[in-house]
Amino acid sequence: MSDQAILEMLGSCPLPKSNYDRILLGHGSGGSLTAELIKNIFVPGFDNSVLSALEDQATLQLSGGNNGHKGPRIAFTTDSFVVRPLFFPGGDIGTLAVHGTVNDLAVGGATPLFLSAAFILEEGLPVADLKRIVASMRSACDDAGVALVTGDTKVVDRGKGDQVFITTSGIGIVPEGRSLSISSAQPGDKVIVSGTIGDHGIAIMSVREGLEFETVLESDSASLADLTKTMLEACPSIRCMRDPTRGGVSSALNELADASNVGVKLTESTLPLRAEVRAACEMLGLDPLYVANEGKLIAVVPAADADRLLAAMRAHPRGENATIIGEIVAEHAGMVVMRSLVGGERVVTMLAGEQLPRIC
Amino acid sequence: MCLGIPGKVTKTFREHDVLMGKVDFSGVVKQVCLEHVPEVKIGEYVLVHVGFALSHIDEKEAQIVFDFLKSMNQLDELETPSPRDGPS
Amino acid sequence: MKFLDEYRDADAAKKLAAAITRTVTRPWTIMEVCGGQTHTIVKYGIDEVLPTEIELVHGPGCPVCVTALEMIDRAHAVASRPGVIFCSFGDMLRVPGSRGDLLQLKSQGADVRIVYSPLDAVTLAAANPDRQVVFFAIGFETTAPPNAMAVWLAKRRHLKNFSVLVSHVLVPPAITAILQSPGNRVQGFLGPGHVCTVMGYEEYIPIAEQFGVPIVITGFEPVDMLQGVLWTVRQLEAGRAIVENQYSRAVRPDGNLQSRRLIEEVFEICDRKWRGVGLIPRSGYKLRPEYREHDAELIFEVADIETQESSVCISGDVLRGLKKPHDCPAFGKSCTPQTPLGATMVSSEGACAAYYAYGRHLASKGAQAPRRQLVQIGAGK
Repeated sequence: MSDQAILEMLGSCPLPKSNYDRILLGHGSGGSLTAELIKNIFVPGFDNSVLSALEDQATLQLSGGNNGHKGPRIAFTTDSFVVRPLFFPGGDIGTLAVHGTVNDLAVGGATPLFLSAAFILEEGLPVADLKRIVASMRSACDDAGVALVTGDTKVVDRGKGDQVFITTSGIGIVPEGRSLSISSAQPGDKVIVSGTIGDHGIAIMSVREGLEFETVLESDSASLADLTKTMLEACPSIRCMRDPTRGGVSSALNELADASNVGVKLTESTLPLRAEVRAACEMLGLDPLYVANEGKLIAVVPAADADRLLAAMRAHPRGENATIIGEIVAEHAGMVVMRSLVGGERVVTMLAGEQLPRIC
Repeated sequence: MCLGIPGKVTKTFREHDVLMGKVDFSGVVKQVCLEHVPEVKIGEYVLVHVGFALSHIDEKEAQIVFDFLKSMNQLDELETPSPRDGPS
Repeated sequence: MKFLDEYRDADAAKKLAAAITRTVTRPWTIMEVCGGQTHTIVKYGIDEVLPTEIELVHGPGCPVCVTALEMIDRAHAVASRPGVIFCSFGDMLRVPGSRGDLLQLKSQGADVRIVYSPLDAVTLAAANPDRQVVFFAIGFETTAPPNAMAVWLAKRRHLKNFSVLVSHVLVPPAITAILQSPGNRVQGFLGPGHVCTVMGYEEYIPIAEQFGVPIVITGFEPVDMLQGVLWTVRQLEAGRAIVENQYSRAVRPDGNLQSRRLIEEVFEICDRKWRGVGLIPRSGYKLRPEYREHDAELIFEVADIETQESSVCISGDVLRGLKKPHDCPAFGKSCTPQTPLGATMVSSEGACAAYYAYGRHLASKGAQAPRRQLVQIGAGK
């Protein structure tokens, strides 16, 4: 089926036409190019309702035993890690590989239990680096309460792989009756972020060649398993949670607005930002709403329960800076709109491709 | 007209006989060329563009905007003279 | 952040917007010159809090947007040479040339690198004596001092492997060209704040006098821009046409004399072709003959460049304030930041990119959206 036919089958697509016959870096950015790839190639290619829901993890009902009881629901997810540099302030590719997958399970309301890890190593990688990465992963697993139970290793020729790529998959259990989904947001709900935004992406960019800062800006890479457990105990009415990784808070909220067919209204003055991250964004001409986070989540909760949830989050070490940043509205369905510091409004569009620092 | 950000000078030194400095932008420190603002002192602010200080920020002038805004409260603003220097 | 946050103060913005509304009695068309100012307008929704009588049109102050197509193609040709490390500001990498952009060239194996500062390119040259390091020196007068410093340093340090491909453009000739073009509607200008930190504002005085337009040198934050609009409107209402300096915390009447001296030593004025606008006489800088051994245009002979612009793109009209992005039939459809047809879409300071990024192509915003009357602004929840 041609791309055009697929587009027609999926109905009117709000994304502009693309004329790419080769993969670009932008296809991996978590923004609209990535979304296009998913909608046009992967979803129709594999064609099943679980995949098409495009949640952060797949919740699978296993068939029950003979007594008619339903089987447990397993949450299953996978993620690949290709970060450069391998080691950065606040973490490394190993910690990201564990946290990223654990968090995808946790924000779906599952208790993460087991991980697998597949390594693609480039010939010539120092074994000391691999040991360091494995040690980080072990430590991250312990912190998250998961065990890494199976794995694989491949090695490719020097020059054919960028030192280390890691793919982790994870499974967890979803308690009976729990059903979080990004299509369940309702007008009136509040949008809460668990802490400061943009930390991870800025940490990475700050150590990239050409942009070195002298200040150490740390990634926020961390497991959210315990925080989400606390949150769901305090507030079972949470509609959904999302971890805003690449593409930032903007991508997560745009996906939510689209899936629930609602509008999201943000207030710029409420966005929690570390001073250094703000300054770095100013210097590089970046908008923190588009910068990746690796230890934060967004939660959507009915208005009546928002304060209670906020209090529970703030009492937890990983939610100290939790803040209400906006609300769900019926207007401008599918769009995220932000009221600026000076009162005018603007649309927070989905990131298109790769961010490049502006100069002017 | 490009990205010019104000930052605080925390250190000055010479490198290849050019005046350089460390400039602090709310906790992010970057090395900046100060050759064209040689009069700047530690603790003062400069406007930085692509790693280069274009201008020394005048704190007194900065305050004038806000004094102007305060004065707008009391008088009919049409009668408030513009505090700015026109050309000679 | 000091000297930034104060100029984003909601209360100050509200007062200024109210003052503008009280002052205005008839429609006025004002152009903000700089791409950074356009960005602020769209990002903070400044045009939404202004009374409907004020129309802001966007100027050509985006150096990435106005870099001539021939120059992009020349950069492409130089960057393709084996052994060359081609350094550039990030924005330039995605500007479409006749045969693709520099980022695509990079993905095909050329050594193209983003640098934050031209001085970083000099450092690269010193560290890689066996490679030719070329820096793409574009920009308005704001970027001229750091670019000049880079060349001057390279010469002093005898870095024979460092050269620059120069495509500087100057604001006063551009403003003059706009005021002289048929169909011009601009009645006042928010002048280029950072350009004037370098050059001062004296050269704008004859322009204000000759054309009878007020020019208020303005900063980049929302409070700066609202104050700039207020002063411009007051002049317009009073029939005055002088130069005022809103950005006085950074701009002195004669600018930065040391910078101007260095620019004078390294560069000389030349004719320049502006993408989408055409040739504007004496509107650019090129390297002086004394610096010829660092001039990439002389070092790298490139064959005659045959340029090919999109026939649909109306960047030129947008840059001159004659059209707005949503006037273009391709805007948001075949022309997007992912698939830009012209420079005003690919550079994040370009009017088209700014409009797109802040959603002006979507149904509830942009051309169809009714302009708001002044409502409660800065009202927090």
